[in-house]
Amino acid sequence: MMQFQTRAETHWFHEWLAVILALVLTAATAAGFLALLGFEPQSALHRILIRPLASTYGVSELIAKATPLITIGVALSLSFRAGVWNIGAEGQLVFGGLTGGAMALALYGVDGFWVLPVVLLAGAVGGLLWGAIPAFLKIRFQANEILVSLMLTYVAILLMSVMVHGPLRDPDGFNFPESRLLHDAAILPKLFDQGRGHIGFVFALIFAGIGTWVVKRWHLGYAMKVSGLSPKAAHFAGYSRDTTIWLSLLIGGALSGFAGVVEVTGNIGQLVPTISPSYGFTAIIVAFLARLHPLAVIPAGLLVALSYLAGEAAQLSLGIPAAMTQVFQGLLLFFLLGTTVLVNYRILWVRAV
Amino acid sequence: MTDYGLLTSILHAILVASTPLVFAGLGALIQERAGVLNLGIEGLMIVGALAGFAAAIAGQPLGISVMAAALAGALLASVFAFLVLKCLSNPVATGLALTLFGLGLAALAGAQYVGRAAPQIAVWEIPLLSDIPVIGPALFSHDPLVYLSILVAVCLWWFLSFTRGGLVLRAVGENHDSAHALGFSVQGVRFLAIITGGALAGIGGAYLTLVQTPLFVEGMTAGRGWIALALVVFASWRPFRVIAGAYLFGSVTILQLHSQALGLAIPAQWLSMLPYIVTILALVLISARGQGHRAPGSLGQLFRASR
Repeated sequence: MMQFQTRAETHWFHEWLAVILALVLTAATAAGFLALLGFEPQSALHRILIRPLASTYGVSELIAKATPLITIGVALSLSFRAGVWNIGAEGQLVFGGLTGGAMALALYGVDGFWVLPVVLLAGAVGGLLWGAIPAFLKIRFQANEILVSLMLTYVAILLMSVMVHGPLRDPDGFNFPESRLLHDAAILPKLFDQGRGHIGFVFALIFAGIGTWVVKRWHLGYAMKVSGLSPKAAHFAGYSRDTTIWLSLLIGGALSGFAGVVEVTGNIGQLVPTISPSYGFTAIIVAFLARLHPLAVIPAGLLVALSYLAGEAAQLSLGIPAAMTQVFQGLLLFFLLGTTVLVNYRILWVRAV
Repeated sequence: MTDYGLLTSILHAILVASTPLVFAGLGALIQERAGVLNLGIEGLMIVGALAGFAAAIAGQPLGISVMAAALAGALLASVFAFLVLKCLSNPVATGLALTLFGLGLAALAGAQYVGRAAPQIAVWEIPLLSDIPVIGPALFSHDPLVYLSILVAVCLWWFLSFTRGGLVLRAVGENHDSAHALGFSVQGVRFLAIITGGALAGIGGAYLTLVQTPLFVEGMTAGRGWIALALVVFASWRPFRVIAGAYLFGSVTILQLHSQALGLAIPAQWLSMLPYIVTILALVLISARGQGHRAPGSLGQLFRASR
């Protein structure tokens, strides 16, 4: 009979062993799937996972996709540590993209070094406000933050749609639901001369660094962690649960909103009905892949970004539908959660009595 | 429906719009009463929607299509059960994984079905009752699944209130340590609840593709799985209140559609936001009244037998 014995302390070695195991299992499943479709797994995997990275263009694209994933993943790893389940990062991203984009359109034609910072700030503030709604409703009325933040995601996406169909639509755009192209002063500089990788990636790295510092060195990070692990203990220690909820959702909202405006100003260059291929949801997988360590969010974000590139490559060169990406991202999360059992418990085989 | 008059057709449409929520809400409810918080309802619904639709396109009768949807939901739910009950994984994250995976899987496998239409489902006119003016054709002239959803709610209510099995399920949900000490299999009860809930969510999804639209589109559940979860809170974990709540949400959806048809000069998206905003308002109202405390005591907590 299998028995679980709680480990007194989790060990970093087990943590990362579990992560590697989950990655291997996902890759093996992908290989099996490719074989099932009649491809030679090794060369097919090489074609979709390695070849996209063989050019500056590919690396640039990888960085472009990893930027929002890392930015949001850092915030979510803090929030999930604190036991605050902000599932609405996608909505905060979209709303931040909307407010930031609207600011950029309002400042259209204005030149100046200050335009871009103001636009980015507008995005972060928009996301922050969108994140403040579930925080307020949770604290004031005990309304479940998971459901509220998720409902607000649908509302934000519809708001974006209203705006690009109406007030923010390009007057010379032949009635397409798009804003006009943003003015150069509101466009984030590119990192390379190829691909879409932009300076937003540097911000993402800085956020990961700050997040690590908050977790390791800042008393507040500790208080948030205790509050997540044991609300009772946190209460006795005098840590306020309300503060933790506010911080988690405001940080989550601000960073997600920032990721949104960075998508708009760095990647898309205008407002369109859909500004994100579910980065806000995929960042949840990134946070778990990083085992909620902000610094580990960087490689985790790059890896998950690679899965987007792999999906595109599989679609182009193997003719596999794009939805494949989402299936394997979900599968990766399953494996990550399943293998966590090895981290938290010692598994004993005992003879049934 | 045009020959029945506006009120009749609105009432009729409300029932059709609400039925997926009734099934999915009851599916979430049975799990939550056993102490399991499953955030994967959305993923279970869309997989059920596809399975039911695929069966109908293959020429299967309604009964088989519904069973295919239930089976698909139950199968996917068993993955959740394995991870949460056996691997003791974080239930919130596992439920999310279920939703992400289900949406992806349905999009992938469903690509070949987009643009096709399911065969029309025959209507069961209930004798005598369906002859009542206005209300008759609105309430008693539906496809069999509408009646089935009510029947499931009645059965669930009876099971939870009057049977030993229901008592055990509630005991497991309220306090799993005590239930375990009394010799009940906490994991066994939860496994059954998860499978049943998955099957119900699958049927709820199938209602969308078999009756309501009747088409399959990627991501067509559009948050109904999450609204179903909110409904359970709104309903204070009681089956009949799930029906009432579902009909309320169905009404909001239908009013939104009708106000569009009446030519209100508001962009459609503002009205489409209504169901989501109403969900938030309902959650706030219920939670503010302290009804949230009626949640089963062990809801969302992992159980590990101590010796």
